[in-house]
Amino acid sequence: MAKQAQHELTESPAQLEQFYREMLYIRRFEEKCNVAYRQGLVGGYMHVYIGMEATAVGWNDAIKVGYDYVITAYRDHAQPLIMGSDPVKVMAEIMGRKDGYSQGKGGSMHIYDVENGFFGGWGIVGGHTPLGAGLAFAAKYRKEDRVALCFLGDGASNAGVFFETLNMAALWDLPVIFIIENNEFAMGTRLEYHAADTELYKRGEPFGIKCERVDGMDVLQVRKDAQRIVDWVRENQKPYVVEIMNYRFAGHGAADNDRQLYRTKEEEEENEKRDPIARLEKILEERNVMNREKMEAIDEEISEKVEEIYEAAVASPHPDPSEVYDHVYCDMEPEKGH
Amino acid sequence: MAAVLTEMSYRDAIRRAIVEELDRDKDVFVMGEDIGRYQGTFRVTEGLFKKYNEEQGEWRIIDTPIVEPGFTGIAIGAAMAGLRPIVEMMTMSFSILALDQIINHAAKIHYMTGGQVKVPLVVRGPGGAAKQLSAQHSHSMEGWYAHCPGLVVLAPATARDAYGLLKASIRNDNPVVFTENPGLYTTKGEIPDDPDFTLPFGKANILKEGKDISLIGYSRMTMLNLEVAERLAEDGIDAEVVDVVSLLPLDTETIFNSVRKTHRAVVVYEDWKHGGFGGEIASRIGEECFDDLDAPVVRVGGLNVPMPYSRVLELECMPKVDDVLASIYKLLK
Repeated sequence: MAKQAQHELTESPAQLEQFYREMLYIRRFEEKCNVAYRQGLVGGYMHVYIGMEATAVGWNDAIKVGYDYVITAYRDHAQPLIMGSDPVKVMAEIMGRKDGYSQGKGGSMHIYDVENGFFGGWGIVGGHTPLGAGLAFAAKYRKEDRVALCFLGDGASNAGVFFETLNMAALWDLPVIFIIENNEFAMGTRLEYHAADTELYKRGEPFGIKCERVDGMDVLQVRKDAQRIVDWVRENQKPYVVEIMNYRFAGHGAADNDRQLYRTKEEEEENEKRDPIARLEKILEERNVMNREKMEAIDEEISEKVEEIYEAAVASPHPDPSEVYDHVYCDMEPEKGH
Repeated sequence: MAAVLTEMSYRDAIRRAIVEELDRDKDVFVMGEDIGRYQGTFRVTEGLFKKYNEEQGEWRIIDTPIVEPGFTGIAIGAAMAGLRPIVEMMTMSFSILALDQIINHAAKIHYMTGGQVKVPLVVRGPGGAAKQLSAQHSHSMEGWYAHCPGLVVLAPATARDAYGLLKASIRNDNPVVFTENPGLYTTKGEIPDDPDFTLPFGKANILKEGKDISLIGYSRMTMLNLEVAERLAEDGIDAEVVDVVSLLPLDTETIFNSVRKTHRAVVVYEDWKHGGFGGEIASRIGEECFDDLDAPVVRVGGLNVPMPYSRVLELECMPKVDDVLASIYKLLK
């Protein structure tokens, strides 16, 4: 496991409050998505980020949002929320509505907000990793100093195309950071049952890529590591592999109702003690940055905001059937009819 | 003013299109296996590495490792950021490895993002049998790709079409699968001396007009159909040769108009006959031109076997002039 950090508090109170707000925002948003799923307002597959909030928040704070590129797999609600995307458009997309980012053609697994540099939102495990390297390729080709953050899961770290991508990222010195979010499960298969070498950061080693394992539950440590690594990649124009140790408190997807098939209640309870939000609350309180009352007030404010987002998304109309042909091609009509 | 015409091979026409577009737009680059220092297995990219990378000091002609999914995915990612990659498949058979990237990613991106992201990507390379490359290097992939909405799928038969359509493909914002045929690389044609010459997608050509029967095909089979038409002429049969050129979008109007005139249609394709793209053309004609037909629409396709190595067996697999003639005479009985 990554070592528990004992760090000096160098962040300003405003920054700490921002991290707290962002993590709580993700948590409450995702909880509301779960409610919407149970209400039948969300179909298909939906994967929430509950328990992993510190990862998205810490890394997002280390990049130039709107300039750098961010791409992830299908657990993709958190990044756009804190990158400044319109949350109503995110939730409307999750509900398949007209006001969603993709007008209801993407859904939960395919959220994109390209204006803010968020490139989705991909459903094939490992399949988006060369796309992430391709974004970095474009930055290098144009001699820009953008970096690309490519999030992937521990399950995706076994994909052949990921190894191919690592090779080319190293071969061509692409400024891409592969962030392997090790939440210990590839869907319902535990790490030691799917990976011959469970130290996933070592995926970078054969290619001479700098790599390390870091903590993913302490947002302050995540942010420090992220800033150091992002700065290094921007400066040195080379790839990086990071294995970030976190844990998803929820099931793999909203349809995963049998978590006991692959992990025990005791294990879940043990891991819930690592809750990144509770952990930051403790720090905020101990260091007199914020008292419990203030935290509750923030929570209430965020919960109300999420409720408004939900109401606005529910109020968004479903797409018109005629929209089915939109965006099959750019500037070209597809053939119509059954 | 009419453009001056220059005669050149299909291969040189493709190379000229690539060079002109590389010169025109810095966002265009070429990526693939052995396309740089080795100059391409079929020499399509001959001289490019020297010109752009060595002489101009640019990073435009990019040799990749032999990993189709990886480099195709990187090209797609680069295209999402606004570059215009031309990916060469050493043979289209190898694009099977990259199907996840082409079908599951490139073809879906504009749609899944609600129009936020464009993928101006060209995947090009030789498709179909060359000479004794056997079962794993001889696939005709265009019919597989033409099944998938979101892609443009082209299979030009002439140097002029290859030139104009490849330039159009590179400038277009949609992902394009551009199938060449190893048997066509040395064929000659006239192309206009005009660096801005492009051709539209979804336009079939009538290469020879006729009134008795429509011979419909694409890529190398169009050339076969021209030979068939000559043989038929010896027997006083006036065949019309329809070159489909663009599988997706498909120019049904030109095909239907030809059939409405001749009342008979033979569709010829090198791909396996069963489930191949010729079946799509035949069924379209059946649906739309039933009352115009004097005979059933006939398909002549490749044999439904893996491509064998032996030259004798390989030739047996591909439609030949006599195979098409036999089916026509059966039809005319």
